[in-house]
Amino acid sequence: MISNSWFGARSVHLRALTATSLAVLIVVFLTTLNGPASAMKIQTVKSPGGIEAWLVEEHSVPMMAMRFAFEGGSSQDPVGKEGLANFLSAMMDEGAGELKARDFQERMEEISMRMRYEDTKDAFYGNFESLTANRDEAAQLLKLAINNPRFDVDAVERIRQQLQAALVYAARNPEKVALNEWYAVAFEGHPYARPAIGTEGTVSKVTGDDLESYRKRNFAKDTLKIVAVGDINAEQLGALLDEIFGDLPATADLAAVAKTSPVAGGRQKVVEMNVPQSVAVFGLGAMERKDPDFIPAFVLNHILGGGGFASKLMQEVREKRGLAYSVYTYVYPYHHASIFSGSVATRNEAIGESLDVIRAELKQMAENGPTQTELDNAKSYLIGSYPLRFDTNAKIATQLLGLRMDDFGPEYIDNRNEMIAAVTLDDLKRVAKRLLETDNLIVTIVGKPTFQEAQKG
Amino acid sequence: MHKLGCRRLSTLSMALLMMLASTLQTVPAQAQPRASEFMLSNGMQVVVIPDHRAPVVTHMIWYKVGAADEPKGVSGIAHFLEHLMFKSTEKIAIGEFSKIISRLGGQDNAFTGQDATSYHQRIAKDRLGTLMEMEADRMVNLRLTEDEVLKERNVILEERRSRIENNPNAIFDEQMAATLYRAHPYGIPVIGWGHEMKKLSREDAMRFYQHFYAPNNAILVVAGDVTPEEVKKLAEETYGKIPANPEVNHRERPKEPPFIAARRLEYKDPRAGNASFHRYYVAPSYLTAEPGEAEALDLLFKIVADGATSRIYKKLVVDEKIAATSGGDFSGWGLDSGAISIYAVAADGVGLDTIEAKVDEVLDDVRAKGVTEAELARAKKTFLADHIYDSDNQARLARRYGWALVVGRKVDDIEDWPNAISKVTLQDVRNVAAKYLDMRRSVTGRLLPEAAEGSSNGGKDAKQPAVHSRS
Repeated sequence: MISNSWFGARSVHLRALTATSLAVLIVVFLTTLNGPASAMKIQTVKSPGGIEAWLVEEHSVPMMAMRFAFEGGSSQDPVGKEGLANFLSAMMDEGAGELKARDFQERMEEISMRMRYEDTKDAFYGNFESLTANRDEAAQLLKLAINNPRFDVDAVERIRQQLQAALVYAARNPEKVALNEWYAVAFEGHPYARPAIGTEGTVSKVTGDDLESYRKRNFAKDTLKIVAVGDINAEQLGALLDEIFGDLPATADLAAVAKTSPVAGGRQKVVEMNVPQSVAVFGLGAMERKDPDFIPAFVLNHILGGGGFASKLMQEVREKRGLAYSVYTYVYPYHHASIFSGSVATRNEAIGESLDVIRAELKQMAENGPTQTELDNAKSYLIGSYPLRFDTNAKIATQLLGLRMDDFGPEYIDNRNEMIAAVTLDDLKRVAKRLLETDNLIVTIVGKPTFQEAQKG
Repeated sequence: MHKLGCRRLSTLSMALLMMLASTLQTVPAQAQPRASEFMLSNGMQVVVIPDHRAPVVTHMIWYKVGAADEPKGVSGIAHFLEHLMFKSTEKIAIGEFSKIISRLGGQDNAFTGQDATSYHQRIAKDRLGTLMEMEADRMVNLRLTEDEVLKERNVILEERRSRIENNPNAIFDEQMAATLYRAHPYGIPVIGWGHEMKKLSREDAMRFYQHFYAPNNAILVVAGDVTPEEVKKLAEETYGKIPANPEVNHRERPKEPPFIAARRLEYKDPRAGNASFHRYYVAPSYLTAEPGEAEALDLLFKIVADGATSRIYKKLVVDEKIAATSGGDFSGWGLDSGAISIYAVAADGVGLDTIEAKVDEVLDDVRAKGVTEAELARAKKTFLADHIYDSDNQARLARRYGWALVVGRKVDDIEDWPNAISKVTLQDVRNVAAKYLDMRRSVTGRLLPEAAEGSSNGGKDAKQPAVHSRS
């Protein structure tokens, strides 16, 4: 349990902060996402200490959500210590300051605070939610977790056991193996090739010092992006930002990660596993996020495999042939490479047929592009459904942080539907040719596929 | 004007927050109902949950029929029909249902459980009428061709491979449920046994459809930027036009015989990860329990098994370091029964006998001594906070109401839940621990990463779904 003196010290500190917070800088942007009647007000808040965040105020329920991210992610795992960022994400509630793991976790429950972390290839994400009544205490716990994690030996060993058990499980899960193998083949020699969860070997070597070293190098103000939604005003948020993040170093010490793209020329790799259904991951390089062709590629993907039951691949593979329960594609712009990728799972005897159908569809699309009707339908969905991404506080926070991570301003939300609407059939034909070079397709299959040696690429 | 991101203050949330802020010992001011409820003249129940933050709605139809209502030998037909509902009607061409929704800027899907089948969409509020017309149309006008049915049957068989047969934990789980329930159909997997799924026919689907899909066997839940009056008008113009079906069956499922023998089960699969220990108990559900028992069970299993602050985790993972991780919960949503589940994944080199003995030590201790005041207070706070945090999401709210109503609970029960949780006493928790942590109600299972027994071809066995390895 937490001692009273610890809390006493904290509240004095926060009161002092409020006095200085008059220096908070606020820029307001009003989106018209749903027409003028339902504008969302996004404020750009700069704390007295110079930390920036986006804020959407929402005072009718006394709670707030804050999402933040440090650039870096699993790409920053040192060679031989793969899985370090993932390890750290599991250690963030395992004790900080004077609170050992259990005390920390019980305290979180007592003040109904939520905090969790996850890593991607490019960033380390934090997610924090608190009731207004407990906000100061919750902020203190968050501050401790970020600035003073304990990394006690027994906690490190406990989490290591869990990560190792998860690795054993993942190694037998065909979907996870197929995905890991795809990145290993596509990005050989680049940090993106390495498994974010590491291997039994690398996870066994991670120490508390490694965790602390990663934290010190990656948790810094210059790579930090923050959004907040809920019952907090700009001034209060400014004070909170300085309190939680103010002690972090000004600059991160990140290893350089080279720009890259998936290997060209086509690859097919089969990993034998004794399962009745083979899982395949396929993909190739795509346009960068800021490439003018990215939005057309995004629309094209929707038509091809991103649109659920309305998509072409779902139509051809599932509806017409009953070959799979699920088949999908997506375009994902990582920081240092963009990919167009997808997955399908079909019984071993027919996985070859599924992949043939998919290849043929990609080829057909590259050669002829989509039809005007397909484009119209896609636009109609993508534009009409955009507000569905903003109907909860949690989703608003996620959307806004995504924009910040891609270095867009709040005005993006207002322009987005116009960008989709502006895509023409000629754009899609051009982009389909540029994107869907099926000779470059990288395919990894896990299972016991019995197809005749399919041609490569 | 409502701005996006603006939540209309709900009195329910307010009452909850006051409870959290208080000591949790007092009963809060009467929570005002949040949802409106009314009945169409054909017997269809409608519930509306206003949330005006964004101009979108979540629309859900809940049929009071699930896998547990299937006739013998046609397991999986409830779920198969759910897939087939996306085929065609006179007005909607084959496979067009989802495409129309998509063109309207909406998202749709469906799911099947033991007690319910639900079809749901999220869409801009001005499209709600169109959507309701389409959903009402397929309630009674479904058309199925032989060819579509056969192709879709392959899809559900692939779904079974994805969800179950490629995953040793899921295979094991099926075996546990099949052993836990001896007479009641909850022992049969929702997706169906593979050998029965292979034989499902168009006639099976149509018979099930005509029997159970009717307005007087359905509940409409709409959450979002609408008023009850708007929904009522639209519902009367669409669902309201469909005549009731007086033949709709009352749900009468086989009952479990008395619990007199603890059961054990072991499943060996070379594809399994670390060896793991599992224990399931049959428990009552919110519907079948004595007043307050289900709430007490929820709290008990939060304290005993859920997460890093739970007793089992503390004992096995933190203190004794014999398990890599552990978990468990009480599931109280069922129409006829609830269930308790507990698991622990062995740490390297630790045998499951050791794990089992320690889990039983923890359970024996709560049976004898109950839990502490601090534990109970923390568990209550967590539930009440989760309840508030979840209210941020209209789709989740719609599910919360739908799941409860479809098994016959009332709107009042749902909205009074936080109050009922806050009233649970230490003695209540101790009572349910003593009453329901009874080995005779249980199955103890072990999942081992070893070569399968009784066969030389290992994982191939996984293709035969019903390996009745009860022992």
